[in-house]
Amino acid sequence: MTAPSSTQVPARGSGDRSEPDLRASGLRLAYDDRVVVEDLDLVVPPGRISVIIGANACGKSTLLRALARLLAPRAGAVHLDGREIHSTPTRQVALRLGILPQSPAAPEGLTVVDLVGQGRAPHQTWWRQWSSADEEAVTAALRATGMLDLAARPVDELSGGQRQRAWIAMAVAQGTPILLLDEPTTYLDLAHQVEVLDLVVDLNRRERRTVVMVLHDLNQACRYADHVVVMKAGSIVAEGPPTEVVDADLVEHVFGLRCQVTPDPVSGTPLVIPMGRHHGGPGGRDA
Amino acid sequence: MSAIEVTRTAGRTAVRLARPRASMILRPRLVLTCAGLAAATFLVLCYCLATGDYPLGLGEVIPALWGGGDQGTVLIVRTLRLPRALIGLLAGAAFGMSGAVFQTLTRNPLASPDMIGITQGAGTAVVAGIVLGVGAGLGTQTLGLGGALLTALLIYALAWNRGTTGFRIVLVGIGVNWVFVGATQYLIVKAKVYQAQQAVGWLVGNLNGRGWESVRPLAIALAVLVPVMLLLSPWLRSLQFGDQVAGGLGVPVQRARLALLCAAVGLVAFATAAAGPVAFVALAAPQIALRLAGTPRPPLTASALCGALIVLGCDLTAQRLFADLELPVGVVTGVLGAPFLLWLLVRANRSGTGG
Repeated sequence: MTAPSSTQVPARGSGDRSEPDLRASGLRLAYDDRVVVEDLDLVVPPGRISVIIGANACGKSTLLRALARLLAPRAGAVHLDGREIHSTPTRQVALRLGILPQSPAAPEGLTVVDLVGQGRAPHQTWWRQWSSADEEAVTAALRATGMLDLAARPVDELSGGQRQRAWIAMAVAQGTPILLLDEPTTYLDLAHQVEVLDLVVDLNRRERRTVVMVLHDLNQACRYADHVVVMKAGSIVAEGPPTEVVDADLVEHVFGLRCQVTPDPVSGTPLVIPMGRHHGGPGGRDA
Repeated sequence: MSAIEVTRTAGRTAVRLARPRASMILRPRLVLTCAGLAAATFLVLCYCLATGDYPLGLGEVIPALWGGGDQGTVLIVRTLRLPRALIGLLAGAAFGMSGAVFQTLTRNPLASPDMIGITQGAGTAVVAGIVLGVGAGLGTQTLGLGGALLTALLIYALAWNRGTTGFRIVLVGIGVNWVFVGATQYLIVKAKVYQAQQAVGWLVGNLNGRGWESVRPLAIALAVLVPVMLLLSPWLRSLQFGDQVAGGLGVPVQRARLALLCAAVGLVAFATAAAGPVAFVALAAPQIALRLAGTPRPPLTASALCGALIVLGCDLTAQRLFADLELPVGVVTGVLGAPFLLWLLVRANRSGTGG
């Protein structure tokens, strides 16, 4: 039987791995009557890790959802590989782009392998529910995320960090060249945050996946991003490599927070040290 | 590669065919559950056909199904007992499967079609027909069907706001449910005693005196909607992770949910039209099936079988419990279902999820 898309999937079930091209132009995004993002242009650098930062409610997650076709723009468009994403069938998008939303919930009692296996949904058909390519992709995703030994455990019995890794494994198993992650470190303690971010770097470096993620922690953003996208009130105010973009003036402009920026002693990337009202004094910012 | 290949990883068994290339995951406990429920349902069905005021042996019943044996036996089996048993079987299966779909879509074990107003809407339509004579010529079946379908449409329209979510559907449905409860009670209070009696007799869910004219539409509906539902089940599986995740996995969320809801509403509407709003089956069957099969969401086929077994078993109990009084099946499912619902609620509270 010659059959659609899934037969063309090479080993590791990784879908079409040609260099992805994801861009937004003239984007306006709104919920009901509230405009969240206005006239935004963005080209996602392929093969790199981009991190979107900005204050609460500045439209970071909204932008990510629009890039993933989950939210229809009121004006402008998102193009994936040159095609308008909203006129492309969802399933076709899901073969090129995977998204992990903020704090997703798994049904009670679902095992890790069932969750990760769900990532293969866009590759499956009614009569082919678990091909050997599916199995290889899931095993590879479990191994990459260090979840192989926990595969048979129910997701709700895992620790926060393990659970988040299981969800990332699902997105990895989907085998898309682009991964969008919405605050993958939320609710995790520091050690687990670093663990998850290191995993993201592994996925980017080893498998050349293009990653776009939203992060709250500026220092982590600076450390893990090849490219930062700084948003304020629904617009991009700066973007580029963290060392060129992030300084004290930018942080004050975007977050309304006085701070000092010094090189991170470990990675050399910008390290943002906030001052607050009780420390540092008025002269503190010209360090 | 051999023609058939069985592999096992991380506790999951996969079965693959080389030609035609097909594959699936085999869940032994689910298969066993389905087989057990099917066998139990078959036994209860045989018992229903063989026993009663005029006991028959299985040796007489089975030929009589095909019109063999003496005229009296054929009449008892084919005209009196079989339609009633088939309606119990089919309506139960429809309630069970649609309950499973509603509960999965809304991610809430309490969100069965009898909790969110669909069967209540059917009830109001039928009672209005009895009491006010509105469309009385249509008969309770058509009225019940129309009432259920219109109610579902109303809930969906009210829950719509640039798309909808399972949670909105539940909230709106609960509101709509109570509007129809009120309307039905108003109609019954207004009704003459004999009309009220007739109305209540229908509202409780009853298989008494149902004949082939009730079986046919229900059987046709199931023959169409059950395969449709099974074809849609991959979408259902993704939707249980929520709209965002499902959308990211390539599911056209709004379209998929609408298709699944339509099929589920169709099942429950036809079942209610034939058997009346038999209480708690759509709620309980999927939850029992889920616990038997040990799956994280209600399995469709097992839920249908479980529903069929519950309705058949309860109807049998209702017929035989008191020698001189034949109860409507809804009384039995209600009496058994209420404690089950309480147990479910207590359990949900304990585990802190609230469902």
